[in-house]
Amino acid sequence: MSAIVSFRQVTYRIGATDILRDLTFDVESGETLVLLGRSGSGKTTLLRLVNGLVNPTAGTILVEGQATITWDAIRLKRRIGYVIQEGGLFPHFTVGENVGLVPHLEGWPQDRIKARVEGLLDQIGLPPNQFAQRYPRELSGGQRQRVGVARALAADPDILLFDEPFGALDPITRVELQRQFLALRKNFGKTAIFVTHDVREALLLGTRIGLLNHGYLEVLTTPPEFLHSQGQEVQAFLSCLSSGVDA
Amino acid sequence: MPMGLERDLVTLTLEHLFLVATALAVACAVAVPTGILLTRREALRRWVVALTNVMQTVPSLALFGFLIPLPLLGGIGKHTAIIALVLYALLPILQNTLAGIMGVDRAVRASAIAMGMTGRQLLWMVELPLASRTILTGIRVATVITVGTATIAAAIGGGGLGVFIFRGLASVDTTQILAGAVPAALMALLADKGLSWVERRFLPR
Repeated sequence: MSAIVSFRQVTYRIGATDILRDLTFDVESGETLVLLGRSGSGKTTLLRLVNGLVNPTAGTILVEGQATITWDAIRLKRRIGYVIQEGGLFPHFTVGENVGLVPHLEGWPQDRIKARVEGLLDQIGLPPNQFAQRYPRELSGGQRQRVGVARALAADPDILLFDEPFGALDPITRVELQRQFLALRKNFGKTAIFVTHDVREALLLGTRIGLLNHGYLEVLTTPPEFLHSQGQEVQAFLSCLSSGVDA
Repeated sequence: MPMGLERDLVTLTLEHLFLVATALAVACAVAVPTGILLTRREALRRWVVALTNVMQTVPSLALFGFLIPLPLLGGIGKHTAIIALVLYALLPILQNTLAGIMGVDRAVRASAIAMGMTGRQLLWMVELPLASRTILTGIRVATVITVGTATIAAAIGGGGLGVFIFRGLASVDTTQILAGAVPAALMALLADKGLSWVERRFLPR
């Protein structure tokens, strides 16, 4: 295994507030690292540091061995797939145009884009002859989220970032998409960094779980070991599992 | 009808159209790019919006009057009238350009940037298409205002349908007043309908 993303003493500060403090860790090629934390723990900021949406106040983030600040900002973003909550689809683009966006920006020929879009829509269970010409508003929340995933995969990036992608979905759709996520991971073998505040989701999807608490990475370990980890914040999350109240 | 009224009607309507079309073209050419620029410059935005707001509150007859003594810009005739009309048309177009672009869903803009769109691509592929309806509404409002206000252009020798109205007022001739007012109203109505058709036919969502 080799590191595809590395954080080296990374701090991110807004004004006098440390959002992230002195983070050092590696993301291995092919793994799914789930970042777990409460709202405001800094997990979304961490994701945004990876594709250069924001730059660190101190420290270095290496993507494929190269510091993010030395990457061409546009190139870096197009090489990394990004999925956000509610999909963030373009309302004036059809499903097909949404999925084909990055290939289009990258100047792929039309027929290659079309083939790619159709292949992806098939894979996420939205038959292209039914869905490619629809607009996002004509889809359900779960379908929109799948289109968001297909769009992130379109230019075949090695790294995918997921920012609470399933947070706004009903529980049944969420479980459905989580299963699909596991299937996609098996088929594509991509590296994924996945942000969530749902400890069940973290245990289900992660090959490793990183727990963020007020900008610190408290724990970084595999799901089985996470269940036996010590510390207040870990216990706080684990107690969600046994509370009988759905997270 | 008095002799020559029909011929005048055609000439003056065309003149009126010319005033309105020129003023709107200039106003769009100034207000839309300025609006776009201002979405990227917050401090400047407040000043410019305040200034155009003030412009709008100056009574139109007074504004035409103010412009006459100005060197280069002012004087008697069409160009002075057009400048005044442009000043009035700026605000609704500018405001709607700002509102349209700044009203684009944050998640949509965020994902455009995260997908690796350049600033220019973000503007042309996302912000302008999504703001286009709001911008066009601003242009519609400006059009209706301009068609009406352009009748005052006659007061400073700008011509147009206002010539009938002022002539009618001076000679207490209702026919003349109507000859100016009715075509102007029709023009405003038609322009409004036409632009709303464009909106339905060509713009997204």
